[in-house]
Amino acid sequence: MSDGIEEFRSRILERKPLRLRGGGSKDFYGGPLQGEMLDTRGYSGIVGYEPTELVITARAGTPLAELESALATRRQVLACEPPHFGAATVGGVVAAGLSGPRRATAGSLRDYVLGVKLMDGEGRELNFGGQVMKNVAGFDVSRLIAGSLGTLGLILEVSLKVFPLPVAEATLRFELPQDRALDAMNRWAGQPVPLAATCWQDDVLTLRLCGAQAAITAACENLGGERIAEPDATSFWAALREQTTAFFAGDAPLWRLSLPSVTPPLDLPGSQLIEWGGAQRWLRGAGDVASLRETAAKAGGHATLFRGGDKNGGVFSPLPPALMEVHRRLKQSFDPYGVFNPGRLYPEL
Amino acid sequence: MINNEHSADRAQDVASREALLAELARVLPVEALLSADEDLKPYECDGLTAYRALPWAVALPQNEDQVVAVLKVCHARQVPVVARGAGTGLSGGATPVVQGVVLSLAKFMRILEIDPLARLARVQPGVRNLAISEAAATYCLYYAPDPSSQIACTIGGNVAENSGGVHCLKYGLTLHNVARLRVALMNGEVIEIGSHALDDPGYDLLALMIGSEGMLGVVLEVTVKLTPKPRTAQVVMASFDSVIDAGDAVAAIIAAGIIPAGLEMMDKLATAAVEDFVHAGYDLTAAAILLAESDGAAEEVAEEIATMSVLLEQNGARQLRISQSEAERLKYWAGRKAAFPAVGRITPDYMCMDGTIPRKHLSHVLTRIAELSAEFHLRCANVFHAGDGNLHPLIMFDARNPGETERAIAFGAKILELSVDVGGTITGEHGVGIEKVKQMCVQFSREELDKFHAVKAAFDPLTLLNPGKAVPYPRHCSEYRLTGSAK
Repeated sequence: MSDGIEEFRSRILERKPLRLRGGGSKDFYGGPLQGEMLDTRGYSGIVGYEPTELVITARAGTPLAELESALATRRQVLACEPPHFGAATVGGVVAAGLSGPRRATAGSLRDYVLGVKLMDGEGRELNFGGQVMKNVAGFDVSRLIAGSLGTLGLILEVSLKVFPLPVAEATLRFELPQDRALDAMNRWAGQPVPLAATCWQDDVLTLRLCGAQAAITAACENLGGERIAEPDATSFWAALREQTTAFFAGDAPLWRLSLPSVTPPLDLPGSQLIEWGGAQRWLRGAGDVASLRETAAKAGGHATLFRGGDKNGGVFSPLPPALMEVHRRLKQSFDPYGVFNPGRLYPEL
Repeated sequence: MINNEHSADRAQDVASREALLAELARVLPVEALLSADEDLKPYECDGLTAYRALPWAVALPQNEDQVVAVLKVCHARQVPVVARGAGTGLSGGATPVVQGVVLSLAKFMRILEIDPLARLARVQPGVRNLAISEAAATYCLYYAPDPSSQIACTIGGNVAENSGGVHCLKYGLTLHNVARLRVALMNGEVIEIGSHALDDPGYDLLALMIGSEGMLGVVLEVTVKLTPKPRTAQVVMASFDSVIDAGDAVAAIIAAGIIPAGLEMMDKLATAAVEDFVHAGYDLTAAAILLAESDGAAEEVAEEIATMSVLLEQNGARQLRISQSEAERLKYWAGRKAAFPAVGRITPDYMCMDGTIPRKHLSHVLTRIAELSAEFHLRCANVFHAGDGNLHPLIMFDARNPGETERAIAFGAKILELSVDVGGTITGEHGVGIEKVKQMCVQFSREELDKFHAVKAAFDPLTLLNPGKAVPYPRHCSEYRLTGSAK
């Protein structure tokens, strides 16, 4: 495997822009793809798995599916449910930092990152974090890497915290208009209910519960609604995670609005699908970039052009100058020659 | 008294103390600026009392404008600033810099807003950890991270240290429970990091800020996430004849798919000290005591406690006691939470270590600690966050005996190195501060440490905020290398 490392190093030391890529499942995401491709898939494999310590370590090119199969044999999962979108690799999952349906209750991908081995823009192998759950030695660089879209370095290996597979699950469905659904999701989230995921679309709120059998049974009785049969429920949440439902089909631009969960219904052109208890709102339609961003900012959040559309208006909400300055300095330190995924996150980085 | 270091060349550049005080006096009310030795004395150390230093001045600003003004004055004069909350930190994160200013956030004590529907509390940095939960209790919500110092420690300090607690296996650390920070950079610029949404564009600077030991910015405001209070909670207390059995029992519980709300272990010496202090009825004959808590709906708790009890017995627990009331549950925990002061009662001085280890190495590490204890002729009690591998050996010593402090420090250093050797870390939740700065050379390479310095410089290019803490300079490591330990 050291051959792989040496090859990565020599490519990086050429100091030419590189487009880091695993399974290519998120090629659609972020700014323009620039530079020569560096494929991480040859650097693959689970390096360590300690089920009773709740930690798994894998090389960047390991398929997410392979990692999840290994966890399944010990009835464990990545509770943040990062999407596969095809052939996602572990490195890409961490670089993109995307989380799935359970994010609002189980935490984000970043929350589960324990350690990252990275190669910086000068070909140096660096280890941050580790394989233990509590670790405050040095700045939390491993979590900084999560969601940095490969712009700070080449991820070589990651350690992730894993959780037990929930003992029991149930999915309930309610007919509710958006305002009442938002209110209900927020109220339930403030109660000791084993809430795992929520999805609202076309006046239907779907609720997923995960937890101990007794807790699920009690919650189903208290909450009411229509219980969805298990196979249908499983495929519903999987399709939402992978964005394979009808809502996500077609070529219309897909916007992702990340907002405070209590933000009232937003009157925006196009259709909406709401997840994460109100904190993640998907919008299909060619809305005006500036007004969308303004609406999101006014509500205390931000808007991302997630898929399709015209990227000339910027994929991610722009940063205030002081924050961009910090970003620029970080980028300069990790990648002084601008090798890694230039422009994928912001044109300046 | 061990003074912390401050580069001599900068000292030459720094204008006289009197000039600084005069400028600070222009931006602060008279009662908000301390400079007389007797007024500075209470600030000479934090919870790590072995290290003390008198700063040039202590500023106690009352509002954001005053914080910004103090920072601007110090920035212009290149005077180091050390932010301070309640001073309960255990690693010297708030130890003053000799020719610097201590910036106390003690006056920032207001809870600004609790939004029960959004389950968020917006608070000032000087608000005590427990005060947040007390204020949120009306809404059946609480702030989950519960460091043992939660009665006294402030949320600003928790952010600086990424504090944990006895419930963080299930509910996460400070990192997992903070949504947003309002931060003053060293140059006086105020920025917002994070938001009330669940993520933000760009790099995750929130992750960098939390646990940054006051080296990147001064926290002016914190939005924390609130968690619904579980309907009920119960704890089972198990006695074991060996710590290995207790460790195996922990692994068995987690392998069974249970994430207990709390999972704590104490060895015999710690148990004895605690029992004498709180009279919780701990088993004094056990080699190790394990506390395993379940919380949630009543049926859920009953189910989990039953399963855990079986697993504990299968793994050699010779006695089980299950809390029969909330009062009893709190009593069991009171002992664990009072472990440090309890040990403090049986020794003139003690040092608390904070390594995290992969749990599979627990017996090896405890055996080695016992050997070191004999070698150094110092007693050591062990308190262990068994669920997450965070081990707190408490080294007992008497500073009045010549050489004993140095021996305790050397013993502690060995334990930290041992933690790194088995694949762990030198600090799980207390921070590096001054105390463990040299051991950072054991855990990280020169290149990795350089990156930490670069991260600091991205926020604080002049290295004025809490300089010399947490990240060693190459010379620290070359000194340490002489002892044969550094990378």
